[in-house]
Amino acid sequence: MLLKRVHFSGSPIPYIFIVPQLLIIAVFFFWPACQAVYLSFMLEDPWGLSSTFVWFENYQVLFSSAEYLSTTLFTLVYCALVVFFSLGLALLLAVKANSVIHGQSAYRLLLTWVYAVAPAVAGITAYFLFNRHIGVLFQWITQTGWAFAPETNAFDASVMLVLVSVWKQVPVNFVFFLAGLQGISKSLREAAQLDCASGFRRFWTITFPLLAPTAFFLMVINITYAFFDTFGLIDTLTQGRPGGATTTMVYKVFQDGFLGADLGLSSAQSVVLMVLVLLLTVFQFLFVERRVHY
Amino acid sequence: MQRASVFDHLILWAGVIFLLFPVWMLFASSTHSVENIVRDGLQFLPGGNGFEAYKTALTSASGFTDTATGLRMMMNSLIMGLGFAIGKIVISMCAAYALVYFRLPFATFWFWLIFSTLLLPLEVRIVPSYEVVSQLGLLNSYTGLILPLIASATATFYFQQFYKTVPDELLEAAQLDNANAWRFFKDILVPLSRTMMAAMFIIMFVVGWNQYLWPLMMTTEESYYTIVMGIKNILSVVREGRVPQYNVAFAMVMLAMLPPVAVVVFFQRWFIQGLVESEK
Repeated sequence: MLLKRVHFSGSPIPYIFIVPQLLIIAVFFFWPACQAVYLSFMLEDPWGLSSTFVWFENYQVLFSSAEYLSTTLFTLVYCALVVFFSLGLALLLAVKANSVIHGQSAYRLLLTWVYAVAPAVAGITAYFLFNRHIGVLFQWITQTGWAFAPETNAFDASVMLVLVSVWKQVPVNFVFFLAGLQGISKSLREAAQLDCASGFRRFWTITFPLLAPTAFFLMVINITYAFFDTFGLIDTLTQGRPGGATTTMVYKVFQDGFLGADLGLSSAQSVVLMVLVLLLTVFQFLFVERRVHY
Repeated sequence: MQRASVFDHLILWAGVIFLLFPVWMLFASSTHSVENIVRDGLQFLPGGNGFEAYKTALTSASGFTDTATGLRMMMNSLIMGLGFAIGKIVISMCAAYALVYFRLPFATFWFWLIFSTLLLPLEVRIVPSYEVVSQLGLLNSYTGLILPLIASATATFYFQQFYKTVPDELLEAAQLDNANAWRFFKDILVPLSRTMMAAMFIIMFVVGWNQYLWPLMMTTEESYYTIVMGIKNILSVVREGRVPQYNVAFAMVMLAMLPPVAVVVFFQRWFIQGLVESEK
């Protein structure tokens, strides 16, 4: 599966080509990853001078901590909301962009450029829009009678965070859904049009099942996004406030390890995340790679 | 039919406005004076100050950070984006070449070793990565900024897939002509991969420019600040309760997003291809 039928022979040449990559991943990937696992079994004294091997104590502390439980719950709910809304919105836009005759490429341009905005930049942009003193969105929301206070109210802060995360992720999903839609053959669409007059029914019985592989695959991409790529967004928008209510699991790794300087606890969290990513990959391999075919 | 089409365009326009609105508000406000913004909030229409704020953001060193000007930070971001994109493409093209075109001993092992890096994003191993880089004395250096980010196999995977689609006859022909491994790579494979390289470059440049957490941890010297992480300083001014120069702050935000957005807009076709291929 890996190799070509025809090859070059000669022993030192391939190593010259592959060694730079191996060296970089050895130093900057495997070394830190092993360190994370190793440190998760160690307890450092408060001055960072010595550390002792403590077996699973860090994990015990972690799993019995109410704070970590609520962080995990928030991460899962946040992730589910971001995945649902960004996929839904992107699917709607992609279906419409695929069906209009005029201006398709202009729409594609106008609906994808946000991909290039850094999460941190999106976060700070939102910070100003929701700002109590100058933000228009803040004014609009309070005019509806909602006493919007993201600095102190966990629900308001979460709504704000989900909205901005969706804003940032819609373009990626849009690109993939549009590619998926354009991959549906013309003859199939024409056959569907003959058989089934209602556009709504046609979508749910023909188009949607054909998009299922794309949607499954995008789900994995979006979960990864909500877990890992939203760091910059959170760090500029809420920083986990109020009182850690908008802290995701990845943000907590950074807070405990870098700001709190509790290396053992932070590393244990890293290992938990590694296991989660591994599970996600297995899931992807089982369900997505086999491609749900109809 | 006609009504349905109007409805479709309305939905699409709503989507376009949803995406454009926040950025437009900051842009329009960046051309107003600070007094205007403090008094009336964010502005819908451009004001009379023109690009004054952009000049200040680019040149004044003491605006938000003490030594790094906007221009300096943009240069650093540019170095990071280019270094990351070029480094990653070169390294992964070479590794993929070795994996596909040679009968390496333990080939399967190397394959899994390289592709297991897809499992763990930098964010997860961020604290130990910081320790490693600081032990190597690479804090506050471009090498330290770029190399750890390259340690993932996304692009290798992509080039490996592409090489496998290159017909075997090309290699047979090259071998008949006595071309060695280096010649084949340089004269045949690299030119064949041009479109792929361009597509990958667009994506990687955007990813490199947009890095936030890693430069935030890595750089303590302001001369190495990148613009995406530098905007964090705007926040600290606001949080300390001081009134920031709002217009200059907005200009800085615009400058931080302008280059990657421009790249994606101008190279739209390559961008779409690169995105679809690299995530697959």
